[in-house]
Amino acid sequence: MTPVYESWDAARGAEIIAEHSQMEGATLPILHALQETFGYVPEDAIPMIASALNLSRAEVYGVFTFYHDFRAKKAGRHVLKLCRAEACQAAGGDALAARVEAKLGIAMGNTTADERVTLEPIYCLGLCATAPSAMLDGRLFGRLDEARIDALVSEAQR
Amino acid sequence: MSVRLFVPCDAGALAVGADEVAHALHKAALERKVDVEIVRNGSRGLYWLEPLVELETAQGRFGFGPVTAEDVPSLLDAILADTSHKLSLGLTEEIPWLKRQTRLTFARCGIVDPLSLEDYRAHGGYKGLTRALTLSLDAVIAEVTTSGLRGRGGAGFPTGIKWKTVSQTAADRKYVICNADEGDSGTFADRMLMEGDPFVLIEGMTICGIAVGATKGYIYTRSEYPHAIATMTKAIDIARKAGLLGDKIAGSNYTFDLEVRTGAGAYVCGEETALMESLEGKRGIVRAKPPLPAHHGLFGKPTVVNNLLSFAAIPFILDEGAKAYADFGMGRSRGTMPIQIAGNVKFGGLFETAFGITLGELVDDIGGGTFTGRPVRAVQVGGPLGAYFPRALFDTPFDYEAFAAKEGLIGHGGIVVFDDTVDMSKQARFAMEFCAIESCGKCTPCRIGSTRGAETIDKIRRGERVSENIALVEDLCGTMKLGSLCALGGFTPYPVLSALKHFREDFGPQQPRLQAAE
Ligand SMILES: Cc1cc2nc3c(=O)[nH]c(=O)nc-3n(C[C@H](O)[C@H](O)[C@H](O)COP(=O)(O)O)c2cc1C
Ligand code: SF4
Ligand code: FES
Repeated sequence: MTPVYESWDAARGAEIIAEHSQMEGATLPILHALQETFGYVPEDAIPMIASALNLSRAEVYGVFTFYHDFRAKKAGRHVLKLCRAEACQAAGGDALAARVEAKLGIAMGNTTADERVTLEPIYCLGLCATAPSAMLDGRLFGRLDEARIDALVSEAQR
Repeated sequence: MSVRLFVPCDAGALAVGADEVAHALHKAALERKVDVEIVRNGSRGLYWLEPLVELETAQGRFGFGPVTAEDVPSLLDAILADTSHKLSLGLTEEIPWLKRQTRLTFARCGIVDPLSLEDYRAHGGYKGLTRALTLSLDAVIAEVTTSGLRGRGGAGFPTGIKWKTVSQTAADRKYVICNADEGDSGTFADRMLMEGDPFVLIEGMTICGIAVGATKGYIYTRSEYPHAIATMTKAIDIARKAGLLGDKIAGSNYTFDLEVRTGAGAYVCGEETALMESLEGKRGIVRAKPPLPAHHGLFGKPTVVNNLLSFAAIPFILDEGAKAYADFGMGRSRGTMPIQIAGNVKFGGLFETAFGITLGELVDDIGGGTFTGRPVRAVQVGGPLGAYFPRALFDTPFDYEAFAAKEGLIGHGGIVVFDDTVDMSKQARFAMEFCAIESCGKCTPCRIGSTRGAETIDKIRRGERVSENIALVEDLCGTMKLGSLCALGGFTPYPVLSALKHFREDFGPQQPRLQAAE
């Protein structure tokens, strides 16, 4: 299942911002909603959020950059997040991570040259009793071994 | 003939194929033209058996697991013919791993349909709120204080005292925040409850809101938990429609409503003041205390911040009374703790039990040792800021004070098991690296010290001036402990120093190692 995103459109962006701007502490809900719609938070949206919430651009930009989740540009077609936290390390996650990096030819935190796969570390999915675990485009996978991770990588490369 | 089956919708079960199993069951039922009802319950917490399919019978529920989609045709045939199956586990409640537990907080998880209020009520739900509404507000708080409940988020602060402070602080508006940010590796109890018994949290927070005079509550959770967010949001909606949230809750004169908010991948936002900054729409930077959140919290208003498990213990305490809860436990650790056993372990999952059980019992006896079959060498207790314990300390009872006495902490109750292929200097390095990645940046020892710490451990691992660099790491840890505002910088020394103290042989030039676990 490839996630489908709309391409950036200022009017649509303004609509999403307006929908959430009355909430208490609306910045994060707005950033989440924009990213869900467009796949990233377009730079043009930052001043729009600032004026809707009566904040400075610097404040909104500061919030946007503080959180690991928010992207400044589109990710690859598929996003594969591998859990790199302790319970997954204990269950052989380090070797699997190295294997995926080698298969994709990229290091954690990067996107393949064909823009098909973005590989990211994640620190615990709460699946620590069925470790090692991963998330592919929002779907969860536990008890990963070489065969299962290879299958996930192939699926992501399609 | 009609068959009622349970297939968990818990994320841990989904990650190992529960949806595929449910789908295969539907298909097999259609093919056999039998009437099969499939309830999507939470998880019982016996994760090595997931997906755990259960069959309702007059004697109780029969378990089968771990089931794959391929097993489904033969499994359904066996169920219909009432014959045995290779995956049969007998009556679920009789599985010793479950039977040995004391499930107060997790009494319903895995049993009820998470989004059925009817189910929740049929299993004792909302009895706590009903009783709370017959008591004075002071009496409600007194119950919580007398129960001995201490915060389950890590610091172990008495919950009743926190509530009392907020109740006594006058303000035009007060808040209740559930900290469901559960960032610690090796923990998943908050997630399981949100997915498996969300109403228990709603009831617990409602009781708190009424007791302290707050009208609005937030559940702050992580973006890594999409299923929990979805279930929690639906449950809030259902409760609101049933008159259990909003104005005139359950026919009373109280108003209280709830909203779920999602973090954005920042571990430090689990720290209560950073969490409030985040809820206010700001960078998750830790605030200096005082002022306490109880006086000056969210948007400057008096605020209760409690861990999800603290709130989830409340309905039992109000329903059965403080004493029923306090009767469990040891010393100053009263009641039960939902302990989470994870990592390289044979029988991993959620084990709720009274405080006082030893670490060794939890790891060897209940956890069954490692799934790789190799000896257990180390366990990390309490998440990324928790100490590594060697086997020599396995007689430590699970209790706040006993762990502190061994230079450790129980945190949110996670235990991560490692076998003898673990490289403890690498784990110490990771602790520093994690601190560097997640630091909010306010304090220099945390922000810069953690990076220097990781670099210095790298030198040790390369064999460069080993004893000098070990002394440097120890010194740096001292600085981080003293010079950090919050426990991220202040407690990262726990895993580092415990690894150095108990596994010194791993700190030096890297030897060719045993093959890592696959
Ligand atoms: C870096 C850091 C992360 C934390 N993460 C969590 C968390 O995920 N969940 C939690 O309940 N408490 C967490 N805490 C503890 C909270 O600051 C706070 O003590 C707790 O939410 C209070 O609730 P309790 O009294 O019910 O435990 C964290 C603390 C620190 C320093
Ligand atoms: S110790 Fe680290 S995370 Fe905590 S306040 Fe200081 S810089 Fe921020
Ligand atoms: S440590 Fe990987 S899922 Fe928790």
